[in-house]
Amino acid sequence: MTAAALDPSLDPGHADDPGAIDARSAADAAPILTVRDLRVHFPMPKKSILARDRDVLKAVDGISFDLRPGETLGVVGESGCGKSTLGRAILQLIPASGGQVVWQGEDLTGLSGRAMRDRRRDMQIIFQDPLASLDPRMTVGDIIGQPLRTFAPDLSRQARRERVLEAMGVVGLLPEMVNRYPHEFSGGQAQRIGIARAMILRPKLVICDEPVSALDVSIQSQIINLLMRIQREFGLSLIFISHDLSVVRHISHRILVLYLGRLVEFADRDALYASPRHPYTRALISAVPLPDPDAERNKQRIVLPGDLPSPLDPPSGCHFRTRCPRATSLCAQTVPAFEPTGPSQWTACHHWHDPRT
Amino acid sequence: MTEANREAVSDAGLHPDLIRAAEERRPRGRSLWQDALRRLGRNHAAMASLVMLVVITFLCFAGPHLLTDHPLDRVYWDRVAKGPDFERGHWFGTDGNGRDLFVRTLYGGQISLMVGLAATLVSLVIGVLYGATAGYFGGRIDNVLMRIVDILYAVPFIFFVILLFVFFDRNLLMVFVAIGAVVWLDMARIVRGQAIALRGKEFIEAARSLGLSGGAILVRHIIPNLLSPVVVFVTLTVPQVILFESFLSFIGLGVQEPMTSWGVLISEGARRMQQAWWMLAFPAAFLAVTLFCFNYLGDGLRDALDPKDR
Repeated sequence: MTAAALDPSLDPGHADDPGAIDARSAADAAPILTVRDLRVHFPMPKKSILARDRDVLKAVDGISFDLRPGETLGVVGESGCGKSTLGRAILQLIPASGGQVVWQGEDLTGLSGRAMRDRRRDMQIIFQDPLASLDPRMTVGDIIGQPLRTFAPDLSRQARRERVLEAMGVVGLLPEMVNRYPHEFSGGQAQRIGIARAMILRPKLVICDEPVSALDVSIQSQIINLLMRIQREFGLSLIFISHDLSVVRHISHRILVLYLGRLVEFADRDALYASPRHPYTRALISAVPLPDPDAERNKQRIVLPGDLPSPLDPPSGCHFRTRCPRATSLCAQTVPAFEPTGPSQWTACHHWHDPRT
Repeated sequence: MTEANREAVSDAGLHPDLIRAAEERRPRGRSLWQDALRRLGRNHAAMASLVMLVVITFLCFAGPHLLTDHPLDRVYWDRVAKGPDFERGHWFGTDGNGRDLFVRTLYGGQISLMVGLAATLVSLVIGVLYGATAGYFGGRIDNVLMRIVDILYAVPFIFFVILLFVFFDRNLLMVFVAIGAVVWLDMARIVRGQAIALRGKEFIEAARSLGLSGGAILVRHIIPNLLSPVVVFVTLTVPQVILFESFLSFIGLGVQEPMTSWGVLISEGARRMQQAWWMLAFPAAFLAVTLFCFNYLGDGLRDALDPKDR
C-alpha cells in the first residue's frame, strides 16, 4: 500500500489491490513455474479398422509462459480452447505430449507417479463445479483434512482437527459445519470448502479452473475477494482460468489469451485491456458488458462470424483466420510468430499493427 | 478456535465464560461410518430385523442343546411323518424318516446361515476389491481382470464343483469355496460398472491432485461411494446362495445326511406338501423370516450409508 501511496503511477485504478504491487516488485524474482512449448495431444479412436492413421486433437499446442511468485496469471478463451487442459497438464493430471513444465527448477513432465505425488503438496487446484469436486460421502472435516492425512500422516487426530478448523476459519466457514456433508451446502459454501482443502497445506501455486463460473454473480465476488485475500496473506501464485473477462481483469496481474490450444496474446493486465493487439482479444474485450447503460448502447461491439472451428481440423496457418476481420492470404500460409508488441505484451498476429480492427 | 479467533471474540466484549462454553461445545469429528451407525440405530425396521437375526442365529446354534433332547439323527419308528406333537416334544412334527423336525430345522439353519455368511463375505471382499480395481484403473488392467471373470462365467457351475470335489476332500469348507467362487463374479461386474461411472467424477480428480495414490483413492473414495448397490446386491445374494446350497445338496454334492440345511428340508417338504404340510411350513418360515430380515437390514444399511438421506 505504501508503495502505491508514494508513487501514484504504479496502480492508480486499483489501489484496493495491493497484490498487484507485490507482483511488480517480484517481477525480477526467478519464476516459480516455467512452461515451455507445452503440448497435450489426444489421439482419437480410429474411424475404421482399416484406417491407417488416427486424428489427433491438439488441445494444448505449444504454450510457453513464466509464472512469478505471488502473481496471478489469468487464462482466458472460449470454451473448448484448451484452458482447463492447460491447467491440468501443468499439474500432470493429464500427461503432456511434449514440452516442459519446470517447477522450482525441476521438470515435472518426466517424474514418476510417486515423485509427482510428493510435489503435489505445493500445487493445488480449485474446480469449476464446487459440489462435484467434493466426495458426497465424506464430512466437510474429512474433506478438508484429507491432504493432511496424505502429507502429514503423523499428525494426531486432534492436531489435524485444529488445522482443519483453522482452515475453515480462513475461508469463512463456521466450525460447527465440520460434520456436515457437501450436499447440505450452497455452491458458494462448497467452493469455500474446496478452497480450504486446497489451502490447508499452504501450497505455493493454486490453479483455479473457472472457480466462479458455476456460482451466482453475488457469490462470485465473495469468492474472488476471498481468493485475493488468501493470495495476499499467503503470498501464493495463482493461475486463474476463466471465460469471464471482467473477473479476470479484477484478479489478474498478467493475462494469457488462448485460441484453439495456441497462445494468441500474453500481456500485463492494463496493457491488454488498454491496447489489445490481437483481433481475437479485441473481440473478447468488446463483448464485456459495461456498467454504464449509455456507454453499453453506444460501444462498438466486434462480432466474430462463425463458430469455433473443430479442434480436430483447425485452419491452416493462423488458427483464427477463418473468423478474423483482417485475414489475408498470408494468414492461411504461415503461422504467425509470437512477437513482442509492447513493453510487456506479446501477440501472435501478422497484422497486429494494422489500425483497422 | 485459533488464538486469533479467540482474541477477536474477546474483543467483541464477550464474557470469558461464554467463550469457554463455546469452546466446549466445539463439534467433535464424526466419520461416515459413525454417522451411518447412528442413522441405522434410528431405523426401527432395520433394528428389529437385526434383533430377529440375532435371535434366529442364537436359536440355531444353541437351541439344539438347550431346547430339545432329540438328537439330529434319532429315528422314531412309530412317528414317521407325523404332525406337531407337544407331549413328546416334536414341536414341528417329524420328517419322512421319523426324525424330529424341530432339531433338524435348527441344525439346518446352522448350515444355511454359515453358507450365506461365508458366500456373502467372499463376494463382498473379492468381488468389491476386484471390480473396483478393474473399473477404476481401467485400460489393460480392466481388460485382463474382466476377461478372467468372463472365462470363469463360462465354466459350468456343476462341472466346476465336481472338479473341486475330485481334487480336494469333500467337506463343508469346499461347499463354501464352490459357492463363493461363483457369487463374486456377479458382484465384480456390478462394482466395476459403478467404479467406471465414479472414475470420471471431479472429486476423484481432486483426490489425485491432492497426491493420493491409486490404492488410497480406491479405498477412501471409490469403495465408499459404491456401497449402495453393493448392499442391495448382498441382500439379494444371501437367498440366492442358500438356494444354491440346497441345489448342491439335492444332487448329492452339498451337505451329507444326516446333516441337513434349510434348502434340503424345504425341497423335501415341497415334495410331501400334500401329506405333511409341516415339513414344508416350518423350515420355509425360518428361511422366509431370515431373508426378510436380511432385506430390511440391507435397506436400512443402504439408507444409513447415504448422507443425503437423513
